[in-house]
Amino acid sequence: MNYLFAGLQEALRMIFHLDREMLSIVMVSLKVSSLSILLATLTGIPFGFFVAIKHFPGKRIVVVLLHTLLSLPTVVVGLLLYSFLSRRGPLGNLGLLYTPWAMVLGQWVLSFPIVSCLSLNATQSLDARAKKTAMILGATHLQSASLLLFEARAGLAAAVIAGFGRVFGEIGVSMMLGGNIRAYTRNITTAIALETGKGEFALGIALGLVLLSISFLLNIIFYYLRNKNISA
Amino acid sequence: MRLLLAVWILWVGLFPLSLSGAERIKMATTTSLDNSGFLDYLLPKFAKEYGIKIDVIAVGTGKALKLGENGDVDLLFVHAPKAEAEFVRKGFGVQRTTVMYNYFLIVGPPRDPAQIKGKNAIESLRRIYRGQYTFVSRGDESGTHKKEKELWKMAGLKPGGSWYLEAGQGMAATLQIADEKRGYTLVDTSTFLALQNKLDLVALSQDKERLLNLYSVMAVNPKKYPRVKYGAAMKFIEWISSRRGKVLIREFTTQGKRTFFPIDTLHP
Repeated sequence: MNYLFAGLQEALRMIFHLDREMLSIVMVSLKVSSLSILLATLTGIPFGFFVAIKHFPGKRIVVVLLHTLLSLPTVVVGLLLYSFLSRRGPLGNLGLLYTPWAMVLGQWVLSFPIVSCLSLNATQSLDARAKKTAMILGATHLQSASLLLFEARAGLAAAVIAGFGRVFGEIGVSMMLGGNIRAYTRNITTAIALETGKGEFALGIALGLVLLSISFLLNIIFYYLRNKNISA
Repeated sequence: MRLLLAVWILWVGLFPLSLSGAERIKMATTTSLDNSGFLDYLLPKFAKEYGIKIDVIAVGTGKALKLGENGDVDLLFVHAPKAEAEFVRKGFGVQRTTVMYNYFLIVGPPRDPAQIKGKNAIESLRRIYRGQYTFVSRGDESGTHKKEKELWKMAGLKPGGSWYLEAGQGMAATLQIADEKRGYTLVDTSTFLALQNKLDLVALSQDKERLLNLYSVMAVNPKKYPRVKYGAAMKFIEWISSRRGKVLIREFTTQGKRTFFPIDTLHP
């Protein structure tokens, strides 16, 4: 048991002294996940919104597919993108494998279904009269769309945060596409896996605590936004 | 909320800037060189002298060679002579230079139920096999795994069964598994020295004749993959095999012990 306490003690020291190694790892995680979630926001929200308000053939299939993709295993995404990004693959000339950009891409693929699903639900849960009212008042399609988006803002923000939660703690994509390169693509989860393999618990515990704290913070925001959405 | 959003977008926008800077090349290497701390010691010195940052992808030698074969890396630092020769023969690698060596060890629990202490590698494996004592194999086509398979073959045995565990992980993780399972495993000296004080395992069979461990560097053939950074990779190869490189290799210690030996001191 002793080594656990020693590890925890060292972990706390690292956190309070803002250990450089630890900070660099946390930064990689934050940067990659932020960028991927930005992409997922810019693509997922319009997509979810569009599916929610439009009626088109095959809509049900799209919705079911989108929900299925929620449980897409990270390693499958990693495997697929790996085969595309390798120099031998169709996108090999971009030289993206083992860069943070590959991780961003992978995390975007992971978070897109979540962001679009939750956006879809948030838009659908709006009062159907909102759109009609807007139209009656003489709004154009664009105007009524932006009105609806505004009405659903809390739900949309929650969608983005849920997406962030998904990618921030994932390891499959980060390990397979990033390669766990120190101070470049080594993020919180891949570092924890490496440190545990080496039997070094301190850095692992410190990173785990940071990961949990950030997730905790996000969930507070998520909870706050959801309540706001319900009361609105 | 809006302020939060603005700060976040700014932060994300600045991200690409932080990635520019020095030239970077990718090196696929064995987990042993990474786990032992050798690369953390060596590469910053190279970066300082040449302004080239080397990104390390630490996988087994088998996987490293695959990455080279696919042109996903520029440089290789590996330890499986036969597989390397094959790699060069197929035209994927050039300028293969063997730069240093050390030895493998067979390690096991201090109680040593198979009684292999002081025995040669072949006899040790035979005893482990006969008594069906737990043996943890890398199982990942790494250089160490290839060596292990070679030894089993030399012993004329085909390991298998519930006592023979294939970890499929790096050297450090495999050592941890062997430690937890009170089993035997084959390990390179550098990783073992680096992790020794966290393990109960002890070195049991040290067979200098059969357990030689040769490390080589080579560049990925630019004729196969014109986009690989051949020039920068060559700079590293020349640097590591120069006098200066040899001195650095010799001076590296783990737990106060010399870990690698530059190749010109090898007298077989």
